[in-house]
Amino acid sequence: MDLSYTPEQQTFRAEVRHWLEAHVPAHPLEHFDATRAGFEAHRQWEATLKSGDWGMVTWPKEYGGRGLDLIQWLIFEEEYYRAGAPGRVNQNGVFLLGPTLMEFGTHEQKQRFLPPMASGEEIWAQAWSEPQAGSDLAGVRATAMRDGDDYVLNGHKIWSSRAVFADWAFGLFREPGSERHKGMSLIFFKLDQPGVTRNPIRKINGHVGFAEIFLEDVRVPAFNRLGDEGQGWHICMATAGFERGLMLRSPARYQVAAAALADLWQARKDTADPVLEADVVRAFMNAEAYALNIYQTASRLIAGAKIGPEASTNKIFWSEMDIHLHQTALAILGTEAELLPPAGQHDWLDDYIFALAGPIYAGSNEIQRNIIAERMLGLPR
Amino acid sequence: MDFTLNDEQQMFAETATTLFGDTCTPDHWRKMMEAGTAFDPDRWAQIVENGFTLLMLPESAGGLGLTELDFALIAQAAGYVALPEPLVESAGIAVPMLAALAPDHALLADPSAIIAIAPSANPVVASADVASAILLEKDGHAFLATPDKVTLTPVATIDPLRRVFRVDWNPANAQDLGPADWTLATDRAAVFAAAQGLGLAQRSVDLAVTYAKDRQQFGKPIGSYQAVKHHLASAQVAIEFARPVVLAAAASVGQQDVYSRARASHARTAALEAADKAARASIQVHGAMGYSWEVDVHLFLKRALALTGSWGTPAFHRARVATRLFNRPAGPDQTFAREA
Repeated sequence: MDLSYTPEQQTFRAEVRHWLEAHVPAHPLEHFDATRAGFEAHRQWEATLKSGDWGMVTWPKEYGGRGLDLIQWLIFEEEYYRAGAPGRVNQNGVFLLGPTLMEFGTHEQKQRFLPPMASGEEIWAQAWSEPQAGSDLAGVRATAMRDGDDYVLNGHKIWSSRAVFADWAFGLFREPGSERHKGMSLIFFKLDQPGVTRNPIRKINGHVGFAEIFLEDVRVPAFNRLGDEGQGWHICMATAGFERGLMLRSPARYQVAAAALADLWQARKDTADPVLEADVVRAFMNAEAYALNIYQTASRLIAGAKIGPEASTNKIFWSEMDIHLHQTALAILGTEAELLPPAGQHDWLDDYIFALAGPIYAGSNEIQRNIIAERMLGLPR
Repeated sequence: MDFTLNDEQQMFAETATTLFGDTCTPDHWRKMMEAGTAFDPDRWAQIVENGFTLLMLPESAGGLGLTELDFALIAQAAGYVALPEPLVESAGIAVPMLAALAPDHALLADPSAIIAIAPSANPVVASADVASAILLEKDGHAFLATPDKVTLTPVATIDPLRRVFRVDWNPANAQDLGPADWTLATDRAAVFAAAQGLGLAQRSVDLAVTYAKDRQQFGKPIGSYQAVKHHLASAQVAIEFARPVVLAAAASVGQQDVYSRARASHARTAALEAADKAARASIQVHGAMGYSWEVDVHLFLKRALALTGSWGTPAFHRARVATRLFNRPAGPDQTFAREA
């Protein structure tokens, strides 16, 4: 065990910091879920990132990455959040589908999909959930009927993050007549192609952060299927492992928030309830614990291990930590907690509202606890 | 940057796990409790034989000269069996302190010698009755006294596998070893209490898992019900997010700065909270059995309680984290910060 950065890692950090200082927009962009303009401003930022080759540093160079390891990815993320750089509008692509494509895609698929993903030319949405298939994802009813070299997709997807403005979606579809975990395939489709209808759904913060998608005889080439026919569930779980385990929520995000919370406490402690200091310290410890856990996981993966069911503990930890951190902030703000902050000020309230989604998306925390109990602890189903 | 344990560390830990697992079983606990003892000379002899008491002793003093991280893995295994013998206090905290103050002391030449340690933060000292000598804190100095030079008064404790004593002593009858690094001792105590906490917590969960697979209600194992699963999953989450902190804290003790002290205190806080949470979840999952002396979970609850009050209260350790948080930069580039 050596918990210090190598000179190369320190040089890399300096390089990232230097580039971000020169390129991060001086004023925050409008949120990518708020308006089309905000979305396109974030797409532009992805292109700027790509111009510095920062789209996705862990990918091989031939697919638009830098071929770096997970520790370097963590360093990049630390500097990214530290710099207050814009949110990643293509996170469904670069953090979720990307690693899955890397594992299950053919060379041609990687060549086709990864570079425009890394550059933000093609922004991705996830189309897994359906009105009758939420936590019970194996209840997916949307179908993919094989027709020569094509699939014809039909069905109704919902809670698709980014789908209102995104270009592509990856979804779970089943062979007509198949049941449960069998017969499902992971298939990509374009969100603006004939037969696709998107209806925005407003979130509790007012943004159109997700959509429902209707598919009526949507024709896509079989090339758009990731992995083998019928392997969709397996691939989907691998994606979920990455989502819960590592890449969806960078530790840096919470470390930045915990540091801001400490500043808020310092500024307000003369008037705030003194008991809250313990919560401020706890929020800091939680963020540190999450970072250390992820560094440990990254080291294990570099040494050849695979992500397993312990990924579910991460998802529970960060989502519950996020709520506690923001509850503490609102408690410190006290009588002002309900007031919307002036533009440009730290929006604790909006971040709190967003935190409330954490225990729900990417597999509800109830499902994660089942996974931990059954697959880590070996309790019966 | 490498957050993995090496083969030698894992091998040492496995040796400890096997030794403790073989010699510190529920049968042994029962026999010791019936006999009213908290020390098994046979097991201690095996602990000594395996070199665990030499681990933190510098090579120049005839020890193995290994690190807090190596010892923490042994402490974790000790927690998993609620080890009664004072391996952690003696070999993990007292021995390196004595070696720093008096490297040629005769006690250090005897690997089976037990050295008890009494920081001023603790009202009682553990296992003083079986110690060859006691290190006592006064005005920042460490004094060494043999048990016959002090008055030991047994004090009843909730932990049936722990013996604690009030020590009345006169510095005139003890050897003044000079100013000692009680802060470093506190760091080690915090990290090793944390490591024991991980072991305690995992044992509590494992006991409950075994029970919940077996115990049937409404025609099914109770472990198939989500209400039961979620108690244990939550406890496991607490363990998973204490463990890397404990390992990082153990690897950083040597820094001896505001960062390493905060991390040791964080590790202690997180791991002992996990131990408490896991023990209470385990008692709940065991139902009425969990509230009985028949089921061993209470041993783990009680040890966690004992450790939580030793070597600084939770408030003391929280204050050490606060000192780091409010007086040094925080943020994602500061995770592994150290004083220049």
